[in-house]
Amino acid sequence: MRRPAARRDSAVSEGVAIEILESDSPNELTLNMGPQHPSTHGVFRLIMQLDGETVVGVKPVMGYLHRSTEKLGEARTYVQGTVLTDRMDYLSPMTTNWAYAATIEKLGGFEVPERAEYIRVIVSELSRIASHQVAIGTFGADVGTWFTPLVYCFREREEILDLFMLCAGVRMNPSYIRPGGVARDLSEEFLARCQAFIDKMPEKIDEYESLLTKNEIFIARTRGIGMLPPELCKEYSVTGPIARASGIAYDIRRAEPYGIYDRFDYEVPVRFGGDAYDRYLVRVQEMRESVKIVRQALRDIPEGEIRGRMPKVLRPPKGEAYARIEGPKGEIGFYLISDGSTSPYRYKVRAPSYINLTVLSQLTIGHKVADAVVILGSFDIVMGEVDR
Amino acid sequence: MEIVTNPVGVVATQLHELLKSLLPEWLAGLLMAIIGAGLLASVVSGAVILLVWMERKIIARMQDRSGPNRVGPFGLLQTVADAIKLLSKEDIVPARVDKIIWALSPIVVLAAALMAWAVIPWSPGVVPADLNVGVLFLLSMGSLPVIGVVMAGWGSNNKYALLGGMRSAAQLVSYEIPGVLAALVPVMLAGTMSLSGIVAAQELPTRFGGIPNWWFIFTPWGFLAFIVFLISGIAETNRTPFDLIEAESELAAGFHTEYSGMRFALFFLAEYANVFAVSAIGSTLFLGGWAGPIPFLPTLPFPGILTFLGKTFFLVFVFMWIRSTLPRLRYDQLMNFAWKRLLPTGLVVVGITAVWITTSRAFLGA
Repeated sequence: MRRPAARRDSAVSEGVAIEILESDSPNELTLNMGPQHPSTHGVFRLIMQLDGETVVGVKPVMGYLHRSTEKLGEARTYVQGTVLTDRMDYLSPMTTNWAYAATIEKLGGFEVPERAEYIRVIVSELSRIASHQVAIGTFGADVGTWFTPLVYCFREREEILDLFMLCAGVRMNPSYIRPGGVARDLSEEFLARCQAFIDKMPEKIDEYESLLTKNEIFIARTRGIGMLPPELCKEYSVTGPIARASGIAYDIRRAEPYGIYDRFDYEVPVRFGGDAYDRYLVRVQEMRESVKIVRQALRDIPEGEIRGRMPKVLRPPKGEAYARIEGPKGEIGFYLISDGSTSPYRYKVRAPSYINLTVLSQLTIGHKVADAVVILGSFDIVMGEVDR
Repeated sequence: MEIVTNPVGVVATQLHELLKSLLPEWLAGLLMAIIGAGLLASVVSGAVILLVWMERKIIARMQDRSGPNRVGPFGLLQTVADAIKLLSKEDIVPARVDKIIWALSPIVVLAAALMAWAVIPWSPGVVPADLNVGVLFLLSMGSLPVIGVVMAGWGSNNKYALLGGMRSAAQLVSYEIPGVLAALVPVMLAGTMSLSGIVAAQELPTRFGGIPNWWFIFTPWGFLAFIVFLISGIAETNRTPFDLIEAESELAAGFHTEYSGMRFALFFLAEYANVFAVSAIGSTLFLGGWAGPIPFLPTLPFPGILTFLGKTFFLVFVFMWIRSTLPRLRYDQLMNFAWKRLLPTGLVVVGITAVWITTSRAFLGA
């Protein structure tokens, strides 16, 4: 069906069929933000209908970073599929690795040795800290600081990436957590440096907070902005820090403990405001809790194997499995169907960024343009995961 | 001796004498004016290039980075290299812009920023033009850039630019009023609108019957007025936390989204020239301009320039410090702040000053 040419907005590029928001009101302005825009966190696009500075309509457009990951996963073996998971949430690849490995373990009934479980917890929590650092830093930039929180956060994130280089050999895209265990053992140097990092981290988190948490302008910009009531949260199956900032105490590490998370003493931070400010605070608190978990894991880590007994050629029995873990952005799950061959018949991802993003347009309407950016920043999306 | 204490004055007088001996009186005067204006514009532009480097370096240090350190000693020539790069870039004129308005806008903005320098005294006797309505001239020049910004916003035929231009119109007009009120306080205290007169008044440590009046910032009303002036100064130069006009997180680059190459560089220069000018005005009106830190000591012209520049650069540093720390206000919060907080404060300060002056005159006979 062809749309009449006159209804087409000039901002809409050819080939992308988009419902035009344009109304006939002469007071309204259609503003296209992205896909290349400083605050869309990747190639994301927002088409906003403005009345003055007030947003009256929002149309998010995704798909600019689509690499057909799920289809590629079906064309590769189970082990090769791990590499694809790195490229989804590239700010926290360890957790995505883990979700994928956990699904294969569930599918094939593979055991993971004790030491590997601890290593998984350590690198995943480090990964969560790194992801939240990016989230808080870029959120600060979205609110309008001249990148100071961002640079502060990246300073410590560098150290986490250096740690990843020690254990996995690379900084980004580590493919470190593999089905049945992890790729390589942790060296003494890693453990020592990780301990030193964890010891100084609480102080550094205080430093991030000193820039934003009590800043009057920051509070004015974020408190009451993008209110997400818990009902709406459930309706859109929003998970992760966003849901916990809306008063839903749902953390898979607690609700359905995977790995060895039931052995650690930590809290699940929950706040009840449901606004951008609370989302920020929940993330800060989660970083502190992650530090706690890593400290306990470093204390308790046993010696032993790092990879369980796995067949030479990975051919899980026929069947299907869905495993999920708590990623930094929310519930990340993989759904794999095995037909008994070396590659999955179906490779489906439940990407938290994507599902959280669906509620965005609901929250933005009625706010100012500047708030739309703040709300998007508080959602902490990663386009690699949204578009896959 | 005079060549050391007042080099600018001596050279200027000699040059004027020389020209008068060669040319008719009016032509010599005109030439002197042109030379002076050119010299001033170059000095300010040079200072601006230094400021850009300074800001990058200071903010880098505050963010645990090194900042520019490759071109020249301490990266000093980085801005020069950038300027050369921008000059050699292609001059892109987007299709469907309003060509005349679009091309004029950067010139208007930069010219307004440079014009303010015409009346600012550097040291006793070293004033490009010692107008007796200097403050009035400054305020009127301060309101010119908004025209350029709106021109850029409208002429660019771009929605980001338009939104930026509209914001600027509202913002600059609202913050001008508290700025004017704050500038009134030194005018009232000194009893003159001439900037040299205002500085001279701050050199005398005791006016108004023995109560210290040395540097207006050290009086309670002067201090309040200085705060109001600084805030509206930051707003008028579109610096964080009031940089809504070019809020990069929402409006890409705001009003200058469509400008590139040297045209963009002009906006960039204008921004820093404005920061420099507002700092210079602030140090003249409230920090005693060329007046040295020790009262009663006569100020010589040459150290006077250094004192003045020192104070100005300190204020510039404060601007940069704020920029690296604070987030940005939202549009409606910005307007609320201007009309509900800053304007009443300004009015109260002017009122207090008036009461003080009248009572001190009546009772202390100053």
